[in-house]
Amino acid sequence: MKNIFSRPKSLKKAAFHYCAGCGHSITHRLIAEAIDELGIQDRAIGIPPAGCAVIAYNYFDVDMLEAPHGRGCAVATGMKRVLPDRIIFSYQGDGDLAAIGTAETMHAANRGENITVIFINNAVYGMTGGQMAPTTLLGQVSTTTPPGRSALLDGHPIHLSEILGQLPGTRYIERCAVNSPANITRAKRAIKKAFKCQMDGAGFSLVEILSQCPTNWKMTPVNACRWVTETMAKEFPLGVIKDLKAQAPTS
Amino acid sequence: MQGNRVIGEAAIRAGCRFYAGYPITPQNELTEYMADNMRRAKGGIFIQAESEIAAINMVLGASAAGARAMTSSSSPGISLKQEGISSLAADELPAVIVNIMRGGPGLGNILPSQGDYFQATRGGGHGDYRTIVLAPASVQELADLTMDAFELADRYRNPVIILADGMMGQMMEPVEFHAPPPRRYPECYVLKGMGQGKSKFIRALILDAIRMEEHNWKLYRKYQVIAQKEVRCETFWTDDAEILIVAYGTAARIAKGAIKRSRELGLPVGLIRPITLWPFPTQVLQGFAARVDDFLVFEMNTGQMLEDVQLALGNTARIQFYGRPGGVIPTPAELAKVIAYQLRKK
Repeated sequence: MKNIFSRPKSLKKAAFHYCAGCGHSITHRLIAEAIDELGIQDRAIGIPPAGCAVIAYNYFDVDMLEAPHGRGCAVATGMKRVLPDRIIFSYQGDGDLAAIGTAETMHAANRGENITVIFINNAVYGMTGGQMAPTTLLGQVSTTTPPGRSALLDGHPIHLSEILGQLPGTRYIERCAVNSPANITRAKRAIKKAFKCQMDGAGFSLVEILSQCPTNWKMTPVNACRWVTETMAKEFPLGVIKDLKAQAPTS
Repeated sequence: MQGNRVIGEAAIRAGCRFYAGYPITPQNELTEYMADNMRRAKGGIFIQAESEIAAINMVLGASAAGARAMTSSSSPGISLKQEGISSLAADELPAVIVNIMRGGPGLGNILPSQGDYFQATRGGGHGDYRTIVLAPASVQELADLTMDAFELADRYRNPVIILADGMMGQMMEPVEFHAPPPRRYPECYVLKGMGQGKSKFIRALILDAIRMEEHNWKLYRKYQVIAQKEVRCETFWTDDAEILIVAYGTAARIAKGAIKRSRELGLPVGLIRPITLWPFPTQVLQGFAARVDDFLVFEMNTGQMLEDVQLALGNTARIQFYGRPGGVIPTPAELAKVIAYQLRKK
Protein backbone atom coordinates (compact mmCIF):
# COMPACT_ATOMS: atom_id res chain seq x y z
CA MET A 1 0.00 0.00 0.00
CA LYS A 2 1.31 3.47 -0.83
CA ASN A 3 1.76 5.87 2.09
CA ILE A 4 0.26 9.19 1.02
CA PHE A 5 0.07 11.05 4.33
CA SER A 6 2.47 10.99 7.28
CA ARG A 7 4.18 13.18 9.86
CA PRO A 8 6.65 15.57 8.21
CA LYS A 9 10.28 14.71 8.97
CA SER A 10 10.80 18.17 10.45
CA LEU A 11 8.18 17.61 13.15
CA LYS A 12 9.19 15.68 16.26
CA LYS A 13 7.04 12.80 17.45
CA ALA A 14 5.28 14.90 20.08
CA ALA A 15 1.62 15.75 20.59
CA PHE A 16 0.84 19.46 20.28
CA HIS A 17 -0.30 21.17 23.47
CA TYR A 18 -2.47 23.59 21.50
CA CYS A 19 -6.21 23.86 22.14
CA ALA A 20 -8.70 22.12 19.88
CA GLY A 21 -9.20 24.13 16.68
CA CYS A 22 -6.11 26.31 17.19
CA GLY A 23 -4.32 27.56 14.09
CA HIS A 24 -0.83 27.06 15.54
CA SER A 25 -0.77 23.30 15.02
CA ILE A 26 -1.83 23.62 11.39
CA THR A 27 0.79 26.30 10.76
CA HIS A 28 3.50 24.23 12.48
CA ARG A 29 2.73 21.38 10.15
CA LEU A 30 2.80 23.62 7.08
CA ILE A 31 6.20 25.01 8.05
CA ALA A 32 7.55 21.49 8.62
CA GLU A 33 6.20 20.31 5.26
CA ALA A 34 7.77 23.31 3.53
CA ILE A 35 11.13 22.62 5.22
CA ASP A 36 10.95 18.96 4.17
CA GLU A 37 10.00 19.73 0.59
CA LEU A 38 12.76 22.32 0.20
CA GLY A 39 15.27 19.91 1.77
CA ILE A 40 16.51 22.45 4.34
CA GLN A 41 15.95 20.59 7.63
CA ASP A 42 19.73 20.31 8.10
CA ARG A 43 20.30 24.06 7.87
CA ALA A 44 17.06 25.65 9.11
CA ILE A 45 17.13 27.42 12.48
CA GLY A 46 13.85 28.53 14.05
CA ILE A 47 13.27 31.32 16.56
CA PRO A 48 10.16 30.75 18.68
CA PRO A 49 8.47 33.66 20.48
CA ALA A 50 6.99 34.29 23.89
CA GLY A 51 3.36 33.25 23.56
CA CYS A 52 1.46 30.02 22.98
CA ALA A 53 4.19 28.83 20.59
CA VAL A 54 6.95 29.41 23.16
CA ILE A 55 7.78 25.71 23.30
CA ALA A 56 7.75 25.24 19.52
CA TYR A 57 11.22 23.67 19.96
CA ASN A 58 9.41 20.65 21.37
CA TYR A 59 7.72 20.21 17.99
CA PHE A 60 10.08 21.31 15.23
CA ASP A 61 12.93 18.94 14.54
CA VAL A 62 15.36 21.69 13.59
CA ASP A 63 17.77 23.78 15.70
CA MET A 64 15.89 26.47 17.63
CA LEU A 65 16.82 29.51 19.73
CA GLU A 66 14.19 31.08 21.97
CA ALA A 67 13.99 34.87 21.71
CA PRO A 68 12.86 37.21 24.49
CA HIS A 69 9.36 38.58 23.91
CA GLY A 70 9.22 40.54 20.67
CA ARG A 71 12.92 40.28 19.83
CA GLY A 72 12.67 37.51 17.23
CA CYS A 73 13.79 39.68 14.33
CA ALA A 74 16.80 41.06 16.25
CA VAL A 75 17.88 37.57 17.33
CA ALA A 76 17.35 36.33 13.77
CA THR A 77 19.46 39.24 12.48
CA GLY A 78 22.38 38.27 14.72
CA MET A 79 22.16 34.61 13.70
CA LYS A 80 21.74 35.22 9.98
CA ARG A 81 24.65 37.64 9.78
CA VAL A 82 26.93 35.08 11.43
CA LEU A 83 25.50 32.14 9.45
CA PRO A 84 24.45 33.62 6.08
CA ASP A 85 23.97 30.22 4.43
CA ARG A 86 21.51 28.91 7.05
CA ILE A 87 17.76 29.41 6.72
CA ILE A 88 16.60 31.47 9.69
CA PHE A 89 12.91 31.89 10.46
CA SER A 90 11.18 33.53 13.38
CA TYR A 91 7.69 32.50 14.45
CA GLN A 92 5.88 35.35 16.18
CA GLY A 93 2.41 36.27 17.34
CA ASP A 94 0.62 39.58 16.94
CA GLY A 95 1.58 40.87 20.40
CA ASP A 96 5.17 39.71 19.92
CA LEU A 97 5.60 41.10 16.41
CA ALA A 98 3.20 44.05 16.20
CA ALA A 99 3.27 45.45 19.76
CA ILE A 100 6.32 44.83 21.94
CA GLY A 101 8.55 43.87 19.00
CA THR A 102 7.44 46.52 16.50
CA ALA A 103 10.80 48.30 16.46
CA GLU A 104 12.84 45.12 16.00
CA THR A 105 10.50 43.93 13.24
CA MET A 106 10.36 47.25 11.35
CA HIS A 107 14.09 47.75 11.39
CA ALA A 108 15.03 44.19 10.47
CA ALA A 109 12.61 44.54 7.55
CA ASN A 110 14.00 47.97 6.69
CA ARG A 111 17.55 46.63 6.65
CA GLY A 112 16.29 43.97 4.28
CA GLU A 113 17.61 41.19 6.52
CA ASN A 114 17.50 37.95 4.56
CA ILE A 115 15.22 36.18 7.05
CA THR A 116 11.69 34.78 7.05
CA VAL A 117 9.00 35.73 9.54
CA ILE A 118 5.89 33.65 10.17
CA PHE A 119 3.43 36.07 11.78
CA ILE A 120 0.50 34.46 13.58
CA ASN A 121 -2.34 36.97 13.85
CA ASN A 122 -5.17 35.71 16.06
CA ALA A 123 -6.34 39.16 17.20
CA VAL A 124 -5.76 38.33 20.85
CA TYR A 125 -3.04 37.56 23.43
CA GLY A 126 -3.58 33.82 23.61
CA MET A 127 -1.24 32.46 26.25
CA THR A 128 -1.91 35.17 28.82
CA GLY A 129 -5.64 34.58 28.58
CA GLY A 130 -7.26 36.72 25.93
CA GLN A 131 -6.21 40.33 26.41
CA MET A 132 -6.45 42.93 23.65
CA ALA A 133 -3.80 42.51 20.94
CA PRO A 134 -2.60 45.24 18.57
CA THR A 135 -4.68 43.44 15.92
CA THR A 136 -7.87 43.06 17.97
CA LEU A 137 -10.80 44.26 15.86
CA LEU A 138 -12.86 47.32 16.74
CA GLY A 139 -15.73 46.20 18.92
CA GLN A 140 -14.06 42.85 19.68
CA VAL A 141 -14.43 41.82 23.30
CA SER A 142 -11.25 40.83 25.12
CA THR A 143 -10.40 40.58 28.83
CA THR A 144 -8.91 44.09 28.69
CA THR A 145 -11.59 45.53 26.40
CA PRO A 146 -14.70 44.14 28.15
CA PRO A 147 -17.10 46.47 26.29
CA GLY A 148 -15.30 45.80 23.00
CA ARG A 149 -12.26 47.57 21.52
CA SER A 150 -12.89 51.28 21.19
CA ALA A 151 -11.02 53.29 18.56
CA LEU A 152 -11.10 56.28 20.86
CA LEU A 153 -9.69 54.56 23.94
CA ASP A 154 -7.77 51.60 22.56
CA GLY A 155 -6.74 52.63 19.06
CA HIS A 156 -7.25 50.78 15.82
CA PRO A 157 -6.17 47.30 14.76
CA ILE A 158 -2.68 47.69 13.31
CA HIS A 159 -1.90 46.43 9.82
CA LEU A 160 1.77 45.70 10.25
CA SER A 161 2.14 43.65 7.08
CA GLU A 162 0.92 46.57 4.96
CA ILE A 163 3.22 48.96 6.82
CA LEU A 164 6.18 46.63 6.26
CA GLY A 165 5.22 46.37 2.62
CA GLN A 166 6.00 50.06 2.21
CA LEU A 167 9.62 49.60 3.27
CA PRO A 168 12.09 49.23 0.40
CA GLY A 169 13.90 46.50 2.34
CA THR A 170 11.05 43.98 2.19
CA ARG A 171 10.78 41.50 -0.65
CA TYR A 172 7.77 39.28 -0.17
CA ILE A 173 4.79 39.67 2.17
CA GLU A 174 1.53 37.73 1.96
CA ARG A 175 -1.45 37.37 4.28
CA CYS A 176 -3.03 33.92 4.45
CA ALA A 177 -5.39 31.98 6.71
CA VAL A 178 -5.60 28.41 7.97
CA ASN A 179 -9.37 28.16 8.43
CA SER A 180 -10.28 26.10 5.33
CA PRO A 181 -8.59 23.50 3.11
CA ALA A 182 -8.25 26.03 0.29
CA ASN A 183 -6.70 28.64 2.56
CA ILE A 184 -4.37 26.07 4.13
CA THR A 185 -3.09 25.12 0.69
CA ARG A 186 -2.48 28.78 -0.14
CA ALA A 187 -0.75 29.34 3.20
CA LYS A 188 1.63 26.46 2.56
CA ARG A 189 2.45 27.79 -0.87
CA ALA A 190 3.21 31.20 0.69
CA ILE A 191 5.42 29.75 3.43
CA LYS A 192 7.37 27.78 0.87
CA LYS A 193 7.72 30.84 -1.29
CA ALA A 194 8.99 32.87 1.65
CA PHE A 195 11.66 30.28 2.46
CA LYS A 196 12.57 30.12 -1.24
CA CYS A 197 12.94 33.90 -1.21
CA GLN A 198 15.49 33.58 1.60
CA MET A 199 17.27 30.67 -0.09
CA ASP A 200 17.69 32.87 -3.18
CA GLY A 201 19.18 35.60 -0.98
CA ALA A 202 16.38 37.93 -2.08
CA GLY A 203 15.71 39.60 1.29
CA PHE A 204 13.07 39.96 3.98
CA SER A 205 10.00 37.76 3.62
CA LEU A 206 6.96 37.53 5.88
CA VAL A 207 3.81 35.42 5.84
CA GLU A 208 0.97 36.61 8.05
CA ILE A 209 -1.44 33.87 9.06
CA LEU A 210 -4.93 34.72 10.29
CA SER A 211 -5.15 32.02 12.91
CA GLN A 212 -8.27 30.98 14.79
CA CYS A 213 -8.20 31.00 18.60
CA PRO A 214 -11.49 29.33 19.60
CA THR A 215 -10.58 29.30 23.32
CA ASN A 216 -10.05 33.03 23.72
CA TRP A 217 -12.63 33.99 21.12
CA LYS A 218 -15.03 31.85 23.15
CA MET A 219 -16.30 30.07 20.03
CA THR A 220 -16.48 26.51 18.82
CA PRO A 221 -13.67 25.62 16.39
CA VAL A 222 -16.17 25.61 13.51
CA ASN A 223 -17.52 29.05 14.41
CA ALA A 224 -13.96 30.35 14.87
CA CYS A 225 -13.06 29.21 11.34
CA ARG A 226 -16.19 30.93 10.04
CA TRP A 227 -15.33 34.15 11.96
CA VAL A 228 -11.92 34.34 10.26
CA THR A 229 -13.55 34.58 6.83
CA GLU A 230 -16.69 36.51 7.73
CA THR A 231 -15.22 39.09 10.11
CA MET A 232 -11.46 39.03 10.52
CA ALA A 233 -10.57 38.85 6.83
CA LYS A 234 -12.77 41.93 6.23
CA GLU A 235 -10.34 43.92 8.39
CA PHE A 236 -7.24 41.99 7.25
CA PRO A 237 -7.81 41.06 3.59
CA LEU A 238 -6.08 37.91 2.39
CA GLY A 239 -3.64 38.02 -0.49
CA VAL A 240 -0.20 39.11 -1.61
CA ILE A 241 0.77 42.43 -0.05
CA LYS A 242 4.14 42.71 -1.73
CA ASP A 243 6.05 40.51 -4.13
CA LEU A 244 8.97 42.24 -5.77
CA LYS A 245 9.79 39.16 -7.79
CA ALA A 246 6.39 39.25 -9.38
CA GLN A 247 7.06 42.81 -10.50
CA ALA A 248 9.38 43.74 -13.29
CA PRO A 249 12.95 43.91 -12.01
CA THR A 250 13.82 47.51 -11.17
CA SER A 251 17.58 47.41 -10.98
CA MET B 1 45.10 55.94 22.21
CA GLN B 2 41.67 56.82 23.58
CA GLY B 3 40.04 54.40 26.03
CA ASN B 4 36.88 53.80 24.02
CA ARG B 5 38.89 53.00 20.89
CA VAL B 6 41.24 50.76 22.84
CA ILE B 7 38.30 48.60 23.91
CA GLY B 8 37.30 48.24 20.25
CA GLU B 9 40.81 47.35 19.08
CA ALA B 10 41.32 44.87 21.95
CA ALA B 11 37.98 43.23 21.17
CA ILE B 12 38.83 42.77 17.49
CA ARG B 13 42.25 41.37 18.39
CA ALA B 14 40.57 39.01 20.84
CA GLY B 15 38.51 37.61 17.99
CA CYS B 16 35.28 39.54 18.47
CA ARG B 17 33.52 39.17 15.14
CA PHE B 18 30.10 40.60 15.94
CA TYR B 19 29.32 44.01 17.35
CA ALA B 20 25.94 45.72 17.57
CA GLY B 21 25.48 49.07 19.28
CA TYR B 22 23.43 52.21 19.54
CA PRO B 23 24.80 55.75 19.89
CA ILE B 24 25.07 57.12 23.42
CA THR B 25 27.59 59.45 25.02
CA PRO B 26 30.25 58.97 26.42
CA GLN B 27 30.97 55.74 24.53
CA ASN B 28 30.34 56.75 20.91
CA GLU B 29 33.99 56.44 19.86
CA LEU B 30 33.79 52.72 20.58
CA THR B 31 30.79 52.21 18.30
CA GLU B 32 32.45 54.33 15.62
CA TYR B 33 35.71 52.42 15.98
CA MET B 34 33.85 49.17 15.43
CA ALA B 35 32.08 50.61 12.38
CA ASP B 36 35.49 51.57 10.96
CA ASN B 37 37.45 48.50 11.88
CA MET B 38 35.16 45.50 12.26
CA ARG B 39 35.02 44.96 8.52
CA ARG B 40 38.84 44.93 8.52
CA ALA B 41 38.66 41.66 10.45
CA LYS B 42 37.79 38.60 8.39
CA GLY B 43 34.11 37.83 8.88
CA GLY B 44 33.66 40.86 11.14
CA ILE B 45 30.09 42.13 11.42
CA PHE B 46 29.03 45.60 12.57
CA ILE B 47 25.39 46.62 12.95
CA GLN B 48 24.12 49.96 14.18
CA ALA B 49 21.00 48.71 15.90
CA GLU B 50 17.70 50.57 16.18
CA SER B 51 17.84 50.33 19.97
CA GLU B 52 19.85 48.99 22.89
CA ILE B 53 17.30 46.21 23.19
CA ALA B 54 17.77 45.18 19.57
CA ALA B 55 21.57 45.37 19.93
CA ILE B 56 21.75 42.98 22.88
CA ASN B 57 19.32 40.58 21.22
CA MET B 58 21.39 40.60 18.04
CA VAL B 59 24.35 39.71 20.27
CA LEU B 60 22.26 36.86 21.69
CA GLY B 61 21.61 35.50 18.18
CA ALA B 62 25.24 35.92 17.13
CA SER B 63 26.53 34.27 20.31
CA ALA B 64 24.20 31.29 19.87
CA ALA B 65 25.57 31.00 16.33
CA GLY B 66 29.08 30.72 17.78
CA ALA B 67 30.56 34.20 17.24
CA ARG B 68 32.49 36.14 19.84
CA ALA B 69 30.01 38.98 20.28
CA MET B 70 30.00 42.33 22.04
CA THR B 71 27.78 45.34 22.61
CA SER B 72 28.52 48.57 24.43
CA SER B 73 26.57 51.45 25.89
CA SER B 74 26.37 53.87 28.77
CA SER B 75 24.17 53.74 31.86
CA PRO B 76 20.62 54.42 30.50
CA GLY B 77 21.31 52.12 27.56
CA ILE B 78 22.56 49.38 29.85
CA SER B 79 19.23 49.51 31.69
CA LEU B 80 17.53 48.71 28.37
CA LYS B 81 19.88 45.80 27.73
CA GLN B 82 19.02 44.02 30.97
CA GLU B 83 16.33 41.86 29.37
CA GLY B 84 18.91 40.45 26.98
CA ILE B 85 21.63 40.10 29.64
CA SER B 86 19.23 38.09 31.80
CA SER B 87 18.43 35.90 28.78
CA LEU B 88 22.12 35.39 27.96
CA ALA B 89 22.75 34.31 31.56
CA ALA B 90 19.75 31.96 31.50
CA ASP B 91 20.78 30.51 28.12
CA GLU B 92 24.41 30.23 29.30
CA LEU B 93 25.68 32.11 26.28
CA PRO B 94 28.95 34.06 26.27
CA ALA B 95 28.90 37.80 25.51
CA VAL B 96 30.81 40.92 26.48
CA ILE B 97 28.88 44.05 27.48
CA VAL B 98 30.72 47.34 27.97
CA ASN B 99 29.22 50.01 30.24
CA ILE B 100 30.92 53.39 30.04
CA MET B 101 29.01 54.80 33.01
CA ARG B 102 27.61 58.33 33.20
CA GLY B 103 25.71 60.31 35.82
CA GLY B 104 22.21 59.12 36.70
CA PRO B 105 19.54 58.15 37.61
CA GLY B 106 17.36 58.63 34.55
CA LEU B 107 19.05 60.40 31.67
CA GLY B 108 21.32 62.05 34.24
CA ASN B 109 24.26 63.61 32.45
CA ILE B 110 27.19 62.53 30.32
CA LEU B 111 29.91 62.91 32.95
CA PRO B 112 31.85 60.06 34.59
CA SER B 113 30.07 58.31 37.44
CA GLN B 114 29.99 54.95 39.22
CA GLY B 115 26.28 54.81 39.87
CA ASP B 116 25.72 51.45 38.17
CA TYR B 117 27.67 49.29 40.65
CA PHE B 118 24.54 47.72 42.15
CA GLN B 119 23.07 47.05 38.72
CA ALA B 120 26.25 45.42 37.41
CA THR B 121 27.13 43.31 40.45
CA ARG B 122 23.63 42.12 41.36
CA GLY B 123 22.78 40.65 37.98
CA GLY B 124 21.04 43.77 36.78
CA GLY B 125 18.05 42.22 35.11
CA HIS B 126 15.36 39.93 36.49
CA GLY B 127 16.00 36.49 37.90
CA ASP B 128 18.63 34.72 39.97
CA TYR B 129 21.85 35.23 38.03
CA ARG B 130 25.26 36.88 38.13
CA THR B 131 27.58 38.47 35.61
CA ILE B 132 31.35 38.71 35.92
CA VAL B 133 32.17 42.42 36.33
CA LEU B 134 35.61 43.77 35.40
CA ALA B 135 36.60 47.30 36.48
CA PRO B 136 39.60 48.70 34.56
CA ALA B 137 41.50 51.68 35.99
CA SER B 138 43.82 52.56 33.09
CA VAL B 139 43.77 52.49 29.31
CA GLN B 140 46.24 49.59 29.38
CA GLU B 141 43.87 47.72 31.62
CA LEU B 142 40.96 48.48 29.27
CA ALA B 143 42.91 46.59 26.59
CA ASP B 144 43.92 43.69 28.84
CA LEU B 145 40.57 43.24 30.55
CA THR B 146 38.64 43.45 27.27
CA MET B 147 40.67 40.51 25.98
CA ASP B 148 40.23 38.67 29.26
CA ALA B 149 36.48 39.36 29.17
CA PHE B 150 36.04 37.30 26.00
CA GLU B 151 38.07 34.47 27.48
CA LEU B 152 36.06 34.51 30.73
CA ALA B 153 32.75 34.71 28.85
CA ASP B 154 33.70 31.62 26.83
CA ARG B 155 35.11 29.70 29.79
CA TYR B 156 32.00 30.12 31.89
CA ARG B 157 29.49 30.64 29.06
CA ASN B 158 28.24 33.72 30.84
CA PRO B 159 27.88 37.43 30.06
CA VAL B 160 30.84 39.54 31.25
CA ILE B 161 30.44 43.25 32.00
CA ILE B 162 33.28 45.72 31.56
CA LEU B 163 32.33 48.47 33.99
CA ALA B 164 34.21 51.66 33.24
CA ASP B 165 33.11 55.29 33.20
CA GLY B 166 33.23 58.33 30.94
CA MET B 167 36.66 59.25 32.30
CA MET B 168 38.10 55.86 31.30
CA GLY B 169 36.39 55.96 27.92
CA GLN B 170 37.60 59.46 27.01
CA MET B 171 41.08 59.27 28.54
CA MET B 172 44.14 58.89 26.32
CA GLU B 173 47.20 56.90 27.40
CA PRO B 174 49.87 54.79 25.74
CA VAL B 175 48.81 51.19 25.34
CA GLU B 176 50.37 47.92 24.29
CA PHE B 177 48.18 45.14 22.91
CA HIS B 178 49.26 41.69 24.01
CA ALA B 179 48.54 38.66 21.87
CA PRO B 180 45.36 37.05 23.19
CA PRO B 181 45.31 33.27 23.74
CA PRO B 182 43.68 31.29 20.93
CA ARG B 183 39.97 30.73 21.42
CA ARG B 184 39.23 27.38 23.03
CA TYR B 185 35.66 26.57 23.87
CA PRO B 186 33.39 23.56 23.59
CA GLU B 187 31.20 24.16 20.57
CA CYS B 188 28.58 21.73 21.83
CA TYR B 189 25.98 24.44 22.52
CA VAL B 190 26.34 26.38 19.27
CA LEU B 191 23.37 26.32 16.89
CA LYS B 192 24.39 26.00 13.26
CA GLY B 193 21.53 23.93 11.93
CA MET B 194 21.31 20.25 12.80
CA GLY B 195 23.22 19.02 9.74
CA GLN B 196 23.28 15.23 9.82
CA GLY B 197 23.03 15.10 13.62
CA LYS B 198 20.26 15.71 16.12
CA SER B 199 18.44 19.00 16.48
CA LYS B 200 19.24 21.22 19.48
CA PHE B 201 17.56 24.14 21.12
CA ILE B 202 18.50 26.93 23.51
CA ARG B 203 15.82 28.33 25.76
CA ALA B 204 15.30 30.19 28.99
CA LEU B 205 11.70 29.09 29.57
CA ILE B 206 11.43 26.11 31.93
CA LEU B 207 7.82 25.70 32.99
CA ASP B 208 8.39 22.84 35.43
CA ALA B 209 9.34 24.31 38.82
CA ILE B 210 11.65 21.46 39.83
CA ARG B 211 13.57 21.63 36.56
CA MET B 212 13.70 25.43 36.79
CA GLU B 213 15.08 25.06 40.30
CA GLU B 214 17.70 22.59 39.05
CA HIS B 215 18.72 25.11 36.39
CA ASN B 216 19.02 27.83 39.03
CA TRP B 217 21.21 25.63 41.24
CA LYS B 218 23.31 24.68 38.23
CA LEU B 219 23.92 28.36 37.52
CA TYR B 220 24.59 28.94 41.22
CA ARG B 221 27.26 26.23 41.28
CA LYS B 222 28.91 27.85 38.28
CA TYR B 223 28.88 31.22 40.05
CA GLN B 224 30.47 29.58 43.11
CA VAL B 225 33.35 28.33 40.94
CA ILE B 226 33.76 31.81 39.46
CA ALA B 227 33.74 33.32 42.95
CA GLN B 228 36.52 30.94 44.01
CA LYS B 229 38.73 31.22 40.96
CA GLU B 230 38.32 34.60 39.34
CA VAL B 231 38.74 37.22 42.07
CA ARG B 232 41.20 39.92 41.03
CA CYS B 233 42.46 42.73 43.18
CA GLU B 234 45.37 45.17 43.30
CA THR B 235 46.92 46.45 46.51
CA PHE B 236 48.95 49.63 46.71
CA TRP B 237 51.12 50.89 49.57
CA THR B 238 49.37 48.63 52.05
CA ASP B 239 52.38 47.27 54.02
CA ASP B 240 52.43 49.74 56.89
CA ALA B 241 49.04 51.33 56.25
CA GLU B 242 46.84 52.21 59.21
CA ILE B 243 43.95 53.18 57.00
CA LEU B 244 43.03 51.46 53.76
CA ILE B 245 41.05 53.08 50.98
CA VAL B 246 38.81 50.74 48.96
CA ALA B 247 38.13 52.11 45.47
CA TYR B 248 37.84 50.86 41.89
CA GLY B 249 38.16 52.31 38.37
CA THR B 250 38.54 56.07 38.09
CA ALA B 251 38.04 56.50 41.84
CA ALA B 252 41.03 54.19 42.43
CA ARG B 253 43.22 56.37 40.21
CA ILE B 254 42.20 59.44 42.16
CA ALA B 255 42.86 57.52 45.36
CA LYS B 256 46.41 56.68 44.23
CA GLY B 257 47.05 60.38 43.70
CA ALA B 258 45.67 61.17 47.12
CA ILE B 259 47.75 58.41 48.73
CA LYS B 260 50.97 59.74 47.17
CA ARG B 261 50.22 63.21 48.57
CA SER B 262 49.37 61.76 51.97
CA ARG B 263 52.50 59.61 52.05
CA GLU B 264 54.62 62.72 51.36
CA LEU B 265 53.13 64.08 54.57
CA GLY B 266 53.98 60.81 56.30
CA LEU B 267 50.40 59.58 56.59
CA PRO B 268 50.16 55.74 56.62
CA VAL B 269 47.48 55.11 53.98
CA GLY B 270 47.11 52.41 51.31
CA LEU B 271 44.68 51.17 48.68
CA ILE B 272 42.75 48.02 47.94
CA ARG B 273 41.50 48.13 44.36
CA PRO B 274 39.00 45.45 43.35
CA ILE B 275 39.50 44.61 39.66
CA THR B 276 36.64 42.14 39.68
CA LEU B 277 33.61 43.79 41.31
CA TRP B 278 31.79 40.48 41.03
CA PRO B 279 33.21 38.25 42.32
CA PHE B 280 34.16 40.76 45.03
CA PRO B 281 37.53 40.32 46.80
CA THR B 282 35.88 39.63 50.15
CA GLN B 283 38.69 37.46 51.50
CA VAL B 284 41.37 39.99 50.57
CA LEU B 285 39.56 42.59 52.64
CA GLN B 286 39.07 40.18 55.51
CA GLY B 287 42.80 39.39 55.46
CA PHE B 288 43.67 43.06 55.89
CA ALA B 289 41.06 43.52 58.61
CA ALA B 290 43.16 41.22 60.83
CA ARG B 291 45.67 44.07 61.26
CA VAL B 292 44.03 47.26 59.94
CA ASP B 293 41.17 48.86 61.86
CA ASP B 294 40.15 51.63 59.49
CA PHE B 295 38.77 51.42 55.98
CA LEU B 296 37.65 54.31 53.81
CA VAL B 297 35.41 53.37 50.89
CA PHE B 298 35.69 55.92 48.11
CA GLU B 299 33.30 55.90 45.15
CA MET B 300 31.81 58.25 42.57
CA ASN B 301 28.32 57.52 43.90
CA THR B 302 26.51 57.71 47.24
CA GLY B 303 27.79 54.38 48.54
CA GLN B 304 27.21 51.17 46.60
CA MET B 305 30.41 49.09 46.81
CA LEU B 306 30.29 50.27 50.44
CA GLU B 307 27.70 47.57 51.08
CA ASP B 308 30.02 44.82 49.81
CA VAL B 309 32.78 46.14 52.08
CA GLN B 310 30.35 46.14 55.00
CA LEU B 311 29.30 42.58 54.14
CA ALA B 312 32.94 41.51 54.03
CA LEU B 313 34.09 43.19 57.23
CA GLY B 314 30.98 43.34 59.39
CA ASN B 315 31.96 44.79 62.78
CA THR B 316 35.60 43.76 62.53
CA ALA B 317 36.68 47.23 61.36
CA ARG B 318 35.57 50.86 61.25
CA ILE B 319 34.23 51.65 57.78
CA GLN B 320 33.93 55.24 56.57
CA PHE B 321 32.64 56.42 53.23
CA TYR B 322 33.45 59.34 50.97
CA GLY B 323 31.64 59.73 47.65
CA ARG B 324 30.79 62.26 44.94
CA PRO B 325 27.81 61.24 42.77
CA GLY B 326 26.25 62.89 39.74
CA GLY B 327 29.26 63.17 37.45
CA VAL B 328 31.48 65.23 39.77
CA ILE B 329 35.13 64.17 39.48
CA PRO B 330 36.74 64.53 42.91
CA THR B 331 40.40 65.60 43.03
CA PRO B 332 43.27 63.79 44.75
CA ALA B 333 43.75 66.88 46.95
CA GLU B 334 40.13 66.67 48.08
CA LEU B 335 40.47 63.01 49.00
CA ALA B 336 43.83 63.64 50.69
CA LYS B 337 42.02 66.08 53.04
CA VAL B 338 39.48 63.37 53.86
CA ILE B 339 42.31 60.93 54.60
CA ALA B 340 44.06 63.43 56.87
CA TYR B 341 40.81 64.09 58.73
CA GLN B 342 40.12 60.38 59.22
CA LEU B 343 43.65 59.77 60.52
CA ARG B 344 43.39 62.74 62.94
CA LYS B 345 40.16 61.26 64.32
CA LYS B 346 41.91 57.98 65.18
